[in-house]
Amino acid sequence: MNKKVIVIGGGIAGMESSAHLAALGYDVTLLEKTDKLGGHLLNWEKLFPTMRMGKEVVTFLNEGVEKGKVDVIYNADITKTSEENNGFSIILSNNKTLNADALLVTTGYDLFDASKKEEYGYGIYNNVITSAELEEKFLTGNKITTSDGKTPKRIGFVHCVGSRDEKVGNTYCSKVCCVTAVKQSIEIKEHLPDVEVYCFYMDLRMYGMHFEALYRESQEKWGVNFVRGRLSEACENMDGSILVKVEDTLAGKPMKMSVDLLVLMVGFEPSAGTKKIGNLLNLQFGVNRFFKTADQHTLTNVSNIKGIFFAGTCTGPKTITNTITDARAAASTIANYLSGHEIDNRVMTSDIKSSL
Amino acid sequence: MIFDPFVLPFTIGLLILICIVFYKFGGWIKKLSSEEKSKLKKGLFSKNLFKAIREVFYESLLHRKIFRVNPKLGYMHMSLAFGWFLLIVVGNIETRIHSGTKMNGPFYPIFFKFFEHHREAVPFNDFFVFIMDFLLLFVMTGVVLAIFKRVYSKFFGLKSTTKLKVGDKFALYSLWFIFPLRFMAESLSSAVFHTGGFFTGTTGNLLASFLPASEIYYYLWWAYSLALGMFFVSLPFSRYMHIPTEVLLIFLRNFGVNASKQFNSFSEIEVNACPRCGICIDKCQLNTSLDNKKVQPAYFLREVRFKQVKEETATDCLLCGRCEEYCPVGINLNNIRVAKRREFAVDYTDNYNYLPVEDVVKADVIYFAGCMTHLTPTIKHAMTKILDKAKVSYWFMDEDGSVCCGRPLMMSGKDKMAAALVENNKRKIQASGAKLFVTSCPICLKVFNEEYDLGIKVMHHSQYMLQLVKENRLKLKLSDKTIVYHDPCELGRGAGIYEEPRALLKRFNNVVPNEFEKENALCCGGSLGNTKLSHEQRNIIATEVVNQLTIDNPDLLATACPLCKKSFTYKSTVKVMDIAEIVAEAIPASSEMNVT
Amino acid sequence: MKFGYSITKDRQIDFDRNDKRIADYVREHEPSFKTCISCGSCSATCSAANFTDFSFRKIQLLVRRGETNEVKEEIKKCMLCGKCYLACPRGVNTRNVIIQINQAIEKIERHDI
Repeated sequence: MNKKVIVIGGGIAGMESSAHLAALGYDVTLLEKTDKLGGHLLNWEKLFPTMRMGKEVVTFLNEGVEKGKVDVIYNADITKTSEENNGFSIILSNNKTLNADALLVTTGYDLFDASKKEEYGYGIYNNVITSAELEEKFLTGNKITTSDGKTPKRIGFVHCVGSRDEKVGNTYCSKVCCVTAVKQSIEIKEHLPDVEVYCFYMDLRMYGMHFEALYRESQEKWGVNFVRGRLSEACENMDGSILVKVEDTLAGKPMKMSVDLLVLMVGFEPSAGTKKIGNLLNLQFGVNRFFKTADQHTLTNVSNIKGIFFAGTCTGPKTITNTITDARAAASTIANYLSGHEIDNRVMTSDIKSSL
Repeated sequence: MIFDPFVLPFTIGLLILICIVFYKFGGWIKKLSSEEKSKLKKGLFSKNLFKAIREVFYESLLHRKIFRVNPKLGYMHMSLAFGWFLLIVVGNIETRIHSGTKMNGPFYPIFFKFFEHHREAVPFNDFFVFIMDFLLLFVMTGVVLAIFKRVYSKFFGLKSTTKLKVGDKFALYSLWFIFPLRFMAESLSSAVFHTGGFFTGTTGNLLASFLPASEIYYYLWWAYSLALGMFFVSLPFSRYMHIPTEVLLIFLRNFGVNASKQFNSFSEIEVNACPRCGICIDKCQLNTSLDNKKVQPAYFLREVRFKQVKEETATDCLLCGRCEEYCPVGINLNNIRVAKRREFAVDYTDNYNYLPVEDVVKADVIYFAGCMTHLTPTIKHAMTKILDKAKVSYWFMDEDGSVCCGRPLMMSGKDKMAAALVENNKRKIQASGAKLFVTSCPICLKVFNEEYDLGIKVMHHSQYMLQLVKENRLKLKLSDKTIVYHDPCELGRGAGIYEEPRALLKRFNNVVPNEFEKENALCCGGSLGNTKLSHEQRNIIATEVVNQLTIDNPDLLATACPLCKKSFTYKSTVKVMDIAEIVAEAIPASSEMNVT
Repeated sequence: MKFGYSITKDRQIDFDRNDKRIADYVREHEPSFKTCISCGSCSATCSAANFTDFSFRKIQLLVRRGETNEVKEEIKKCMLCGKCYLACPRGVNTRNVIIQINQAIEKIERHDI
């Protein structure tokens, strides 16, 4: 009898880990609450830093799921869970019961609700949009216009919206927004070569391979401008354009500037699904409200409950590349757990439990 | 005259007490302003004298305000104060009836049961014996409760009691000893001379069964007299100075003398009237949320009284007014706090010369958003929508940025700086010819009302919107959303405006009550009155308050202050909206049916 | 070899010689001062900055570097309105920093520190 694994969450972490677990010989059931696999990646057109199409990655992951003959259940709504006999039982809203020997939680993230940071005017002024909404315009091939259909002459990007912000309660960095802003700036320029683009940042986090090169390209080839200073408030001009008040810290003076479109780089938050599943399964949350892993360095796929594992952004912000890697790591960790090798049961000189 | 040496501690103590109290009272009254002195003189011969006496009866004796906080606490204070008062009064009547026209020392009624052994011939003797015993029992229950309160304050609804210093402890313990010693002395006397009633008589007989009553009763009277003497002598230097001072305060208040902005003689009287009862400690969120038990008025006023005010105590206060609301003596606590902040404040003149003399727009109504509202633009946006819809001719005075109203500076004791801002704003407002000034920030509202002296009507935006609805200039869609309305400190306790925002919301929503509303409302923690709190501490306060307000899962949490909205937004799972937003959302599109 | 004076004014921040007493005082009395990252949210939202060249971010930085000559006059322009505190992503208790800088300046002038 093959051992069973249930994967909760059909985003890219769930997809790739299912594929690998299936390849390793387990019976995998993948639960997804919507009617499609792929999660947030479905809403993304081009990916940094190479500008390749996101749907290529989705296709790659889908093939993995199909090849592994993973049992995908769409529109799955989990109502109850229980632990029994070294395994788990999950009950869906249609009263179907599923059993498993191990669970993999890949419930992912939600984007910060920008209307909560009302100083930036999202939800109040029509020409303030989020990075996700801009990406949707790229994806659907719609023209980039202001709310009343005109071609923008100047577009502003605001970094760190809902991240690195004590006032909002999310003090962590969401990792991907800086390089996404650079990417989207380039894409805007590709669509509208004459538009001026300004990015308002606190720090530019270009840590990954080719990120710095992309940043340089944005300046050199596309003429994207960068202003070091955080936005304090945005107001609306008479013509609907947005007046931003920012401190140009390098010039040492406050600056006001009108932009036709203001794009907010919204950060990651633990998803509603993460909260729900975490409460159902009694999983521990870390200080940033993402799931707490057993160790920050050595056990990043292991939860506080034996037999339940994590992959993907439910434990913290990650790039797509890192998520796919993490998913495969989770598969491997689960495999070693299920086959009883206990390779993760190793002595550490300090307390094995992470504090964050 | 009847006399025994043991009465000396009592008599001398009483004399010393009276001298010191009169000396202090004399000093305070002398230092009152001439206007206040004339109010005092006029008041003594007016009917306010009876109002004052009535208030003394209700508050200093019956402690009605304390009953409101907690009935058991009220009973405890009342039994001690009122019981002792009655013992003295009835005791004096008793001895007067007994002695006829003979003159006696002031100690005679106190030690009556020692001196008078033959009482049968006294008219109403049985009645007096019974009532004096009953009153003694009444006071003893208070003493027992007072001792119990030190050990287990939760029984009285207080999470903690006031921490006392040596002087207060000395006075407290002598006070505690007074009545048990009286009880013992009277009981033992009764055992020997049969002068006791149902309480002292029975106890006396019981004690005589194993104690040599006739040998020791005299010493108990000495002890009783000593306890009284020690209490009297320590009273003026302890918190019990509140006993006479509170009475003086009540008289002055009823005669129209009240606190002014500066720290003057009246404030000195208020400071001495603080009984350190500890109710303020319990109501203070710095204690209940942050475990800070060092800065509440009971301790702050002690620092003021002994001229040892620490900067931390003066500045670490939200000025939310909860302590003031529940203070049984009615001391103007926030006033004294701000007055002391002036001593630590670095104040300037001529530093706001950069403020421009701007063009003024003529309009009927001025809308002033306030500094904070620029960071909650939904409120600004909603207000302009509402004012446009109601076709109000208004000037959005600080649309491009506010000159601060000046209150944050005043709360920090920087009056000269605030005056410059006031002057700049006032000039603009008066030049515009507006008849009405509307603001959406309660902090601004308080200062525009109290300090600016504009001569025109000043309203909070919730009051103005209610007026517009009543005048049919605004029609709103009905909704069945359940709303909990949070009273901002500056609007509620600060300006007394509790009903109008609710009346406005009730017109088109379902407003549900909450335990912490109106005078009992909690502070969101965002107060500009406190410059010491860290943002983590403010978060703790805000989270606790939000949890209390949303305990019954309403659909919306309504606020009327931009700071409250900012404090709550990120901590509440329930949506937080300002009243202006709720009203703006309920404005029907021109095609829809109007209802309200 | 240094002769103790120079003909041309030093145009750099001479960090070793600068007076950092104000910074030390503020750090002691308002520890959140240490977490500032000079992002500029405070000065961007400042009420006074609407009307005059006042930059709270700059003042914090100058105090830290010990370049305190300008600070004394500049710091008086603050209206204590509190918008900077609401904007700060690091949760710096900005109003108290201003108050403590003022106090430090007074104390230095009175030779108390």
